[in-house]
Amino acid sequence: MLWLHRFGSLPYFYRVSRPIAIALAVPGVLLAAYGVYGGLVNAPVDYQQGDAFRILYIHVPSAWLSLFGYTSMAIAGVVALVWRLKLAEIFLVAAAPVGASFTFLALVTGAIWGKPMWGTWWVWDARLTSELILLFLYLGVIALHNAIESPRTAARACALLSVVGVINVPIIHYSVEWWNTLHQGPTVTRFGRPAMEMDMLWPLLCAALGFTLMFGWLTLWNMRAQLLWRERRSRWAKKVFSDA
Amino acid sequence: MLSVFWAVLRRDLLLAFRQRGVLVHHLLFFVLVVALFPLGTGADAAILVTVSPALIWMAVLLAALLSLQRLFKPDYEDGTLEQYVLSPEPLALIALAKVLAYWLASGLIFVLASPLLVLLLGVPASAVPVIMASLLLGTPTLGLVGAIGTALTLSLPRAGLLLSLLIFPLYVPILIFGAGAMRAAIAGLPAAGALYLLGALLVLGITTAPFAIAAALKISLE
Repeated sequence: MLWLHRFGSLPYFYRVSRPIAIALAVPGVLLAAYGVYGGLVNAPVDYQQGDAFRILYIHVPSAWLSLFGYTSMAIAGVVALVWRLKLAEIFLVAAAPVGASFTFLALVTGAIWGKPMWGTWWVWDARLTSELILLFLYLGVIALHNAIESPRTAARACALLSVVGVINVPIIHYSVEWWNTLHQGPTVTRFGRPAMEMDMLWPLLCAALGFTLMFGWLTLWNMRAQLLWRERRSRWAKKVFSDA
Repeated sequence: MLSVFWAVLRRDLLLAFRQRGVLVHHLLFFVLVVALFPLGTGADAAILVTVSPALIWMAVLLAALLSLQRLFKPDYEDGTLEQYVLSPEPLALIALAKVLAYWLASGLIFVLASPLLVLLLGVPASAVPVIMASLLLGTPTLGLVGAIGTALTLSLPRAGLLLSLLIFPLYVPILIFGAGAMRAAIAGLPAAGALYLLGALLVLGITTAPFAIAAALKISLE
């Protein structure tokens, strides 16, 4: 448990987060590049969707990270509210813009894919709508954080908001599904044999893992910036500034 | 423990009753949004009936957004809220009493006014009971969920637009099931399913939201 307590120390975290972020960034970028290249160039053409399906190599990892990001924020929110861990507060504040970006990317790539496949940029389908609302939930957290001046209060308010939001995400999802559905069912996560050829699936899994590592890297990098800003008056942060 | 619930409820209702003008403003806002809408779409009865579920519920949502901003503000400004937080009584219970008083003072008016407004839009009278039931089950949940957002933005001077960004996404299920029940009733279909789900959301809200409101109030007063 000792290493965990040491992680609670902010200067210590600031020091070790740099190599950790680099250790996430290098394999993340390589895997994502391999996955996207494999998907865009090597994977066989889909018999129904032609080449247009290839955008899923960006779309699916982004959509996955939009959910993963919000869930991780909510978990950090619980930790921040219950144990008042400063790092958890900083994590959820730092992860919000990264998660929002992936959500936006998922929506945009979905729209680009939807044009040739469904004949329209946007349909009020259940999954699209709940993804859009997820984007609003992210933006709410970011806006609340910007509105409250005291960083501590802002982070705790964001923690509560993301916990309330995550309880609502499944309710929103199922209510919207009840309301309207056009998006194709899950392909990768269904039980049994995936409904996808391994040639197509393999790059997708690599891209998903790579994007996830990149999410960790970007969030960690953002955390370092947030941390420095919050602690800008402390002695260790001033030393970081004077050294740089 | 229950005595503090009744005391807060009684106090807030008394305060609301002493400021009857504000209650009338909420009602007038609701009526105006609904009454001006046909001027934008044209007086085609078929269109008005089709859009009436969305219109009624959007009007309720906007009215809730406007009225919720005042939910904790007076208590925050005169220091009563701090005493609530400091008191040994459970803050969640006090929050629940405040939301209930808020709903009795402003939400219930929408429920009572809705028959007149939907008939104005040309909705068949047979759909009115379901519409009232959907508002009766949905509007308290709007208050409970909205109170979390209000509590979080309490210390901000101008929280209106931010509040809409915080709570409208959370209102999506209520909007879907509320307007869904209304649509089904207008089409002559059974609306029980949507009403049950609205009821379930209300139960979930009553049991969980007060704790979130209490936590949010404590954060805002830190």
